[in-house]
Amino acid sequence: MQTLNLEYHAADRAARRAHVGVVGSGDLEILFEPGTDPTASVRVRTTVDGFDVVWRRVLDAFFAHHPVAGRYELNDFGATPGIVSLRLLQVQETSRKPAHPESNRI
Amino acid sequence: MSDIPPSVAERPELQALWHRHSFVELDARARAFSLLDEDTGQEYCDPFDRIESPWLEPQGLVPESDDGLVVVKGLLAGESCVVIGIEGAFQGGSIGEVSGAKAACALQLAARDARTGQPISAVLLLETGGVRLQEGTLGLNAVAEILSALLELRGMRPVIGVVAGPLGSYGGMSIVAGLCTRVVLTHEGRLGFNGAQVIESEAGIAEFDSSDHALIWSVNGPAQRYATGLADAVVLDDVPAVRQAVITAVAAGVPEHHRSEELDVLAARLSPSDGGQARFSLPGLGIPVAPSPGQDSLAASHPGSAQQRGAES
Repeated sequence: MQTLNLEYHAADRAARRAHVGVVGSGDLEILFEPGTDPTASVRVRTTVDGFDVVWRRVLDAFFAHHPVAGRYELNDFGATPGIVSLRLLQVQETSRKPAHPESNRI
Repeated sequence: MSDIPPSVAERPELQALWHRHSFVELDARARAFSLLDEDTGQEYCDPFDRIESPWLEPQGLVPESDDGLVVVKGLLAGESCVVIGIEGAFQGGSIGEVSGAKAACALQLAARDARTGQPISAVLLLETGGVRLQEGTLGLNAVAEILSALLELRGMRPVIGVVAGPLGSYGGMSIVAGLCTRVVLTHEGRLGFNGAQVIESEAGIAEFDSSDHALIWSVNGPAQRYATGLADAVVLDDVPAVRQAVITAVAAGVPEHHRSEELDVLAARLSPSDGGQARFSLPGLGIPVAPSPGQDSLAASHPGSAQQRGAES
């Protein structure tokens, strides 16, 4: 298991926090909380060691096109770069939508 | 859904399949919310509370923010209900210290509410291989606490087990299923104690051939479980169908005797009068499933090895 921490300049704002995905085979979960600083800070925890370069390239490319500020926590269970990018897009899209019933909490 | 092919349009029995909204394909959170009345669900200990298992990271495994268990309280047909959903995709739906504590606490609180004049039923979405091997006795202890809380609650309000599949319910959590007031299965659901590979590795291929899917489904599958009275309803994998089955199961109330108390009935099942040659069919689909020649008993499990091997299915 490996943990990576990365930061990107990110000027866009999101409306609310969002959670997508599951820590299941070939998939990952992402917790996103919007921030006020123009920064996207990303923490990746992955079961697969030694793919630092791939992670950096995937995240560099993603945040160059989708610079939404906030904290991203990625819990990965062997997702491919394509799945990672789709889940990131999904979490940003979810964070733009009005609150879904599933965001109800005590 | 406007483009219904003629082959479906001409056959009314296929309409339900064509129009269905799969329950099995939903994750645990979406399943829990989909069962409750719209916009009434509130999640407890949600992912942003980050109540993770502390035991996985030191073993090189990435934890999940909800530890693979979702607790959602809301209304079911207008009455209070708590849904406890296990996420089968995370660590085989296994029960660890945290996920087990969430389930046990939810049932304990429901029992407390029911005791103090606020009746609340519970629904367990069992998608599990049993106790999480990486957390050993902590998981076993959690299952014991779940059983204890369930036994208290079921005397006051129904506790409904739902095994939707595709993982099924195995290991220690199947004891939980056995104690539920009623059990609802879909055609994709399986209910057993030891998994097929565990039985084969412990007792040999003649006892249970884990590559023989027809055999496995004829023993652990919904048709068999329904036919032998271990499940109360087998429904189509469709959200409204599962929800309606759960509503019906809750509305039937608390029985005078629970299934698990009928020891004579359970004992009789250990010696099938037909030598295990019974044929079962999947209700509604007309698919006959027959036990293999090597299968001579319905009681193919081996007590004692299940809990250590709980996550094996």
